[in-house]
Amino acid sequence: MADRYPSYDVLAKRWTESWNEVTRKVIDRRLAVPREPRFFSATEWRTLGALCDRILPQPKDRAPVPLPAYVDQKIANGRLDGYRYAKLPQQDEAWRQGLAGLEAASQEAHGGSFHTLSAEQQDGLLHCMQHGELTGAAWGDMPCKLFFEHRVIPDITHAYYAHPTAWNEIGFGGPASPRGYVRMGLDRRDPWEAVEAAPGKEETQARRKNSHVV
Amino acid sequence: MSSDPFAHPRATNGRAPDVFKRGGWVPMRQFSDAEAVDFVVVGTGAGGGPLLAGLAEGGFSVVGFDAGPYFRPLEDFASDELEQEKLYWTDERVVDGANPITMGGKNSGKAVGGSTVHFAMVSLRFRPEWFKSRSVLGYGADWPLDWREMWDYYTRAEQALSISGPLSYPWGPKRPRYPCRAHELNGAAQLLARGAEAMGIKWTPTPLATVSAPHGRSPPCVYRGFCRFGCSTNAKQSQLVTFIPRALRAGAEIRDLAMVGRIEMGPDGRVTGVHYHRGGHWHFQKARNVIVAGYAIETPRLLLASATDRYPDGLANSSGLVGKNLMTQSNQAVFGLMQQEVRWNKGPPSLAITEHWNYDDRKDFAGGYCWMAQGPLPVEWVTIQTSSRGLWGHALRDEMEKYNHQVGLKMVGEMLPDERNRVTLADEKDRYGLRVARVTYGWGDNDKALIEHALGQMQTSLEAVGATDIFRQEDDTNHLAGTARMGDDPAMSVVNADCRSWDIPNLWVCDGSIFPTTGGVNPSLTITSIAMRTADRIRTLAARGEL
Repeated sequence: MADRYPSYDVLAKRWTESWNEVTRKVIDRRLAVPREPRFFSATEWRTLGALCDRILPQPKDRAPVPLPAYVDQKIANGRLDGYRYAKLPQQDEAWRQGLAGLEAASQEAHGGSFHTLSAEQQDGLLHCMQHGELTGAAWGDMPCKLFFEHRVIPDITHAYYAHPTAWNEIGFGGPASPRGYVRMGLDRRDPWEAVEAAPGKEETQARRKNSHVV
Repeated sequence: MSSDPFAHPRATNGRAPDVFKRGGWVPMRQFSDAEAVDFVVVGTGAGGGPLLAGLAEGGFSVVGFDAGPYFRPLEDFASDELEQEKLYWTDERVVDGANPITMGGKNSGKAVGGSTVHFAMVSLRFRPEWFKSRSVLGYGADWPLDWREMWDYYTRAEQALSISGPLSYPWGPKRPRYPCRAHELNGAAQLLARGAEAMGIKWTPTPLATVSAPHGRSPPCVYRGFCRFGCSTNAKQSQLVTFIPRALRAGAEIRDLAMVGRIEMGPDGRVTGVHYHRGGHWHFQKARNVIVAGYAIETPRLLLASATDRYPDGLANSSGLVGKNLMTQSNQAVFGLMQQEVRWNKGPPSLAITEHWNYDDRKDFAGGYCWMAQGPLPVEWVTIQTSSRGLWGHALRDEMEKYNHQVGLKMVGEMLPDERNRVTLADEKDRYGLRVARVTYGWGDNDKALIEHALGQMQTSLEAVGATDIFRQEDDTNHLAGTARMGDDPAMSVVNADCRSWDIPNLWVCDGSIFPTTGGVNPSLTITSIAMRTADRIRTLAARGEL
């Protein structure tokens, strides 16, 4: 699928009035996330990688957002959500148990590790997890549906949509301090906002304009 | 670059941060632990802030405690959803019940200034009848306050927070002009207006606590749209930039990164002070009065955790109601897709509102609700997409790409008090060694009927503006209230109209937890108004020798 916002790069605004110093530091840190796990074991890391690839499949023609690294970082840094369902263990334990549960389900259903399955097989297991249909000793008392809804989905998707690559995809303006915005109404765009390519004809124009969005 | 606000307390050595100036300081009076201060205020949000200012200006010695850091918005606040989670109370809390509440950014702050540092600034008055909803409207519980007195305090709160609002407000009794003009509408708000007009109901620009013109040391709002993640320019009139600086000027002390873990009782049945954790140690601050202003979870948690042999069920709890009647507000939404570019992330998230169903009683359920325009940023938007539609994979990415064309309406709805909805202490402990809160919640039949009505109305409005691909977010809640309700009867309430506990004369509770009912509007302006009233009442009582 063609880019909706061709050539838009939110990072091009890094030195404009839309980014203050603390924002630059925060995004720099985010882009420099360690790619090696601090929390997960090698086995868990492989399962997690395959899981992230199905929750948010990424195009091959750009550097992927390193989703497993962000999940690992969240756990290793002990960043909490502010609440925990009574039926879920702490996030570190939930992830350990959930990945083990997924791996066991994979072995049982397909006789192989989750990361070796086809995309269809993986998606099939994830649908089962989403609908509460995975059981087995590895899950312990943890309902797989809650694990899916409150660990898998938020921990992976929040990391993705907090990344500049995702902002480029959806045409989000990104950081906006202190400049903010001026043109507020419907169908209004500030010159420092992404230009959307209408199907077909305007793509070249959008690409040209987006290379000047600063 | 300033120091890490979490590493060490900033309000020390006779000074506190000047939030308006990079690296700046303002002088701060300090009290010793051993010296009994007139008032300790636990919490510095919408309840604590006005109390600290009002009491210090009244000549009392007063210390405000906050478990969170003392932020310098100009230096500490990034334009980033994840980074700014540092404003939220993200310590562990256990949630259960039929409809567990998602705790965190939508209902809990941990900072000097409390949740007002990240609130959406929506500043609304209660409908007058809600102060007597049991006797006038037939549901919930009556407040021991008179709406006419509250109307005056609302005016004072609106002045103190420099609210930007419409020239005339379409609902309720007359009110004076707002101090600042209303903000310009963004695309999302324009669509709310069109939808309401198509339905034949009124709408208005939302009264907001962010200035539309320079005011004091605050510059006008620049429409960044990161309001719920902290205002990096100080346009937002949070407690951190309004009442707290006033309190400091009047001689109050603020202790940041100071977690109060226990209120101490003396043998005479009066509180003697608070135990608090700061700088790696527990300390004890002596006080003649303690006011708890920690909001609907931390307030009952502290009262329950302060149990003694004489008060085995916690302090101020002879009614058995501490922790009970927790209320949240229904925050369901309807979203759709427009052909036009909406770019809803620009400007404050809720620039237009309709309170129609707060003032129209032709419906078959109790309570009311309003709805507002929406502008979720990407992380919140993906949360809505995944939790409401169960999307993931390619389907999720495809939907997310439509971001700039989305439009939405979100309700703030009244949920009814129910003693089964409550805060208790779980067995597990937090980093201070204190038992964490367990939050139990389930919706009643009336709550569900109200939500269903609102979803239908909001959907009609979106259809009227030509939105397509409409879907509902059926499970979301936001603000909190209850757990230490005020009333006229000591057997049926925890505090009286002055926010003074019935059981212990020098123990007070003043925050959203004193609400007997929660109404169908955002609660912060009501909390602020009641705190301003309480400070006045304390001054009056003191003058009469009745403290």
